[in-house]
Amino acid sequence: MSAIGRKSWNWSLWIGFVFVLAGFLTYTFFAQFPITRDFPWANLLLFAVGGILLVMGLFRAFGRPQIYRGKIFGPILAALGITMFGLFSYVFFYELRQVPPSTGAPRVGQKAPDFFLLDQNGKPVGLGDLLSNSRGAVLIFYRGFW
Amino acid sequence: MRSFQYRLSEFDARGVRVVGISVDPPEVNRRQSQKLGYTFPLLSDPDARVIRRYDVLHRGMGPKGSDIARPAEFLLDPNGIVRWVNLTENIAVRARPEQVFEAFEQIGEPDSH
Repeated sequence: MSAIGRKSWNWSLWIGFVFVLAGFLTYTFFAQFPITRDFPWANLLLFAVGGILLVMGLFRAFGRPQIYRGKIFGPILAALGITMFGLFSYVFFYELRQVPPSTGAPRVGQKAPDFFLLDQNGKPVGLGDLLSNSRGAVLIFYRGFW
Repeated sequence: MRSFQYRLSEFDARGVRVVGISVDPPEVNRRQSQKLGYTFPLLSDPDARVIRRYDVLHRGMGPKGSDIARPAEFLLDPNGIVRWVNLTENIAVRARPEQVFEAFEQIGEPDSH
């Protein structure tokens, strides 16, 4: 048997890539829990584990090429991994923070502007209705589902 | 808003009303309420008139570049005075019910004197 046929599967490259892919794709799942939504701890951890495994895999592929495979796949998976991490960081740390300053929003101590809007059943609801017979109201402005 | 629905009974117990406001039309709000099990009102501001008055407009971020609301939460007292505001710096980060409860405790009893 030739030495080439006996080369070991470079598992750390592939498992590392799966971790990075998981880090890239699972934010919508972790966004259900405030602790992993406000700061993407879980995703960054997945990226970190994946990154370490990918680097290990590359060291094996290039450091001991007589034992491990991965000289071609290694750099491809690593490049894909870096791209996914870059995209994730761009979206989370830049794009999601592009929120208007809302400097003219009513401040603490100011009177909230009155309104009269239709609810989900087409029934008109005014701010006055919300405040009468109540001890306060929370207005939650949200982006919408469209 | 899901967390507000989970803890809606605690808002009810305090006598605090919860409403959502977006550019979605009532049909979409009805469908979403049913789908997500929301029992508090979702109010429709299709031309973003109220959203603009609260200066929480996010220009061009909606479908086909339309204007929508940015996430923002206001706690009002029964006189309509703002007692607490949350203007997030990250679209993914929203107010949590416990922040509102805490702010509400700070207001104190309106007729305790």
